[in-house]
Amino acid sequence: MTQELSRQEGEELLTGWGRTVPSLAQVVKCSSTEEVQAAVLGAGPRGVLVRGLGRSYGDAAQSGGAKVLDLQAMNGIQYDSDAGLATAGAGASLDSIMRALVPQGAFVPVTPGTRMITIGGAISTDVHGKNHHVDGTFGAHVRQLTLVDGNGELRELNPDDSTGSQFWTTVGGMGLTGAITSASFDVIPVETSRICVDTERAKDLDEVMAHMVAGDSKYRYTVAWIDTVSASGRGVITSGDHARLDQLSVKQRATALEFDPKALASVPNIVPPGLLNKLTVRAFNEAWYRKAPGHRTGEIQSIGAFFHPLDGVQNWNRVYGPGGFLQYQFVVPDSASQLVRVALDRLRSISAPSFLTVLKRFGEANPAPLSFPQAGWTLAADVPAGVPGLGAVLDELDERVADAGGRLYLAKDSRQSPQMFARTYPRLGEWQKTRDELDPRGIFTSDLARRLSI
Amino acid sequence: MNDALGEPQAILVLGGTSEIALATVRALPRQRLRRVVLAARPSEGRDAAVAALSADGIAGATGVDFQAQATSEHGVFIDSIFDAGDIDVILLAFGVLGDQLAEEASPDLAVEVATTNYTGAVSVGLHVAQRLRQQGHGTLVIFSSVAGDRARRSNYIYGSTKAGLDAFGQGLGDALHGTGARVLVVRPGFVRTKMTEGMSEAPLSVDPAAVGEIVVKALRKGRETVYAPGPLRLVMAGLKTLPRPIFRKLPR
Repeated sequence: MTQELSRQEGEELLTGWGRTVPSLAQVVKCSSTEEVQAAVLGAGPRGVLVRGLGRSYGDAAQSGGAKVLDLQAMNGIQYDSDAGLATAGAGASLDSIMRALVPQGAFVPVTPGTRMITIGGAISTDVHGKNHHVDGTFGAHVRQLTLVDGNGELRELNPDDSTGSQFWTTVGGMGLTGAITSASFDVIPVETSRICVDTERAKDLDEVMAHMVAGDSKYRYTVAWIDTVSASGRGVITSGDHARLDQLSVKQRATALEFDPKALASVPNIVPPGLLNKLTVRAFNEAWYRKAPGHRTGEIQSIGAFFHPLDGVQNWNRVYGPGGFLQYQFVVPDSASQLVRVALDRLRSISAPSFLTVLKRFGEANPAPLSFPQAGWTLAADVPAGVPGLGAVLDELDERVADAGGRLYLAKDSRQSPQMFARTYPRLGEWQKTRDELDPRGIFTSDLARRLSI
Repeated sequence: MNDALGEPQAILVLGGTSEIALATVRALPRQRLRRVVLAARPSEGRDAAVAALSADGIAGATGVDFQAQATSEHGVFIDSIFDAGDIDVILLAFGVLGDQLAEEASPDLAVEVATTNYTGAVSVGLHVAQRLRQQGHGTLVIFSSVAGDRARRSNYIYGSTKAGLDAFGQGLGDALHGTGARVLVVRPGFVRTKMTEGMSEAPLSVDPAAVGEIVVKALRKGRETVYAPGPLRLVMAGLKTLPRPIFRKLPR
């Protein structure tokens, strides 16, 4: 086959949010189920993959040489307030869903730290939020989804009947079972678009963790930010729940269900390498810690400020410069809670500058074989990819996480080994068996799937 | 796939017994390596290279038959390698130094050198480029030489093949720009190998391991050309602009 060597129209170099390891793909915009089916049937030797808004940090939403389907035009949203059920096209973002639902007194069941993800992406990666210890993952709230499988056929899957195993294989299945085209999911009724927030500053990691354990049953949403520069592991814990109408001031009540967050700024695409260094990160961490109140209760915050502070800064990933960055997120059972400190210490030992380090507690796992969350602690730290010695330190941490019965989050992963993955997701074989039913020709693939031999 | 830290999983070495190429494989982070294909004519040297890599704990090393001059077989050969899985880095490292005086006396010998070093490399290089283009990622590393920077009396036939190869590599890199596939042209100076055994060393001589380190660093940084060692860039810039009457008078 003769192929022009230069880049052709419609081809794009794609990376994850971390902006590392680009690969070239043919991006195909689809606006209907029929178009998705046609793209699947017409997949070439390198296969096909759906990409949402590209917020996976690593190589999950890219596939070199493949057709990468963009379903953003399939973004219709319906809301049945009697049933408390929303139905959305796979390309609809959580942002657009919140804009549609919040004014009607409904909130998404689970949101990660960004609204800029699609429903298809949220299900494929089985995202979690600050309420995992109470509500589980996004996938746990999906009542039905439609999938174009590897033969181009449309399937309706739900968790309860004979399609249950295919449903759970698709939830957290990293887009490798087919193309999700729409989904129905439960929503949370809310009286207001505000969150009632308690903030607590803790002087070291032990205090942070003790406070979080104590708060497990008290709050729907809890997260801790950790100062990775300070050896103490000090941090700020923010907890909250949806504010009731009677918790708002009179003035706030006039706009009780208003939701219209705006992006404040955009990071230009010319950030020099090395902007994030020990000094700037130290200054940021110090300021962030100082800015938090020692102890404050009942503060009324907007959804955006509480859940998605970074969505206020467009393209914030550019701050890490042209070398890109990665996010290391693991979960370990409570019995291995000391690994949180080990990881922070090891990252500090190589002066890996991280200003976004987040600690959370997870509740029980759901039935999805490749879903990441399981009961215990999860730590997520952003690190520039070029930090010397990073590979060795992360490989060492991988070993410890695996030994402790933990694992890494595929939506964030960009470097674990196939052995590490297979060892820490022991239900991989079961997952692959059902995946093969849904995609017998193996046409759904990604760079992540190739890298990890999924 | 390369991972986010730039570590490749699968390597193809064209010229699988090249000391410089093998040193480059050794300089790569080995934890992530899953497949290392040494392509060369069947020989004890190739078997020994496979065994040595395996003994060093480098996973997935195998030897396969490859002849630089058999250009009509290159397409099928490259397809068979890539059909078995993506290749992240290809080291194009075959070449012969030849015997300048003998070649001047019998041009057939010069043709042999040109066919291996240039024609064979263009042929297999283009087949590799097609497959890298299709997979949308990967780097072709072409081992050129400072001998290609300016023809010298003592080895202009070898030098001319490297000059051609160097120009080919640069142009191919431009053709592939923005496709996820890349070309890195490496210009070593005098490297202490079997090929240069018995020759008097030039200034800035290095061992293969040093070249390997330089190549791996250049791969990580996404460089397009690199001298090995680095300071040769300046030396060669000087030599290239030297007037010919003076250049001719330089030793060798």
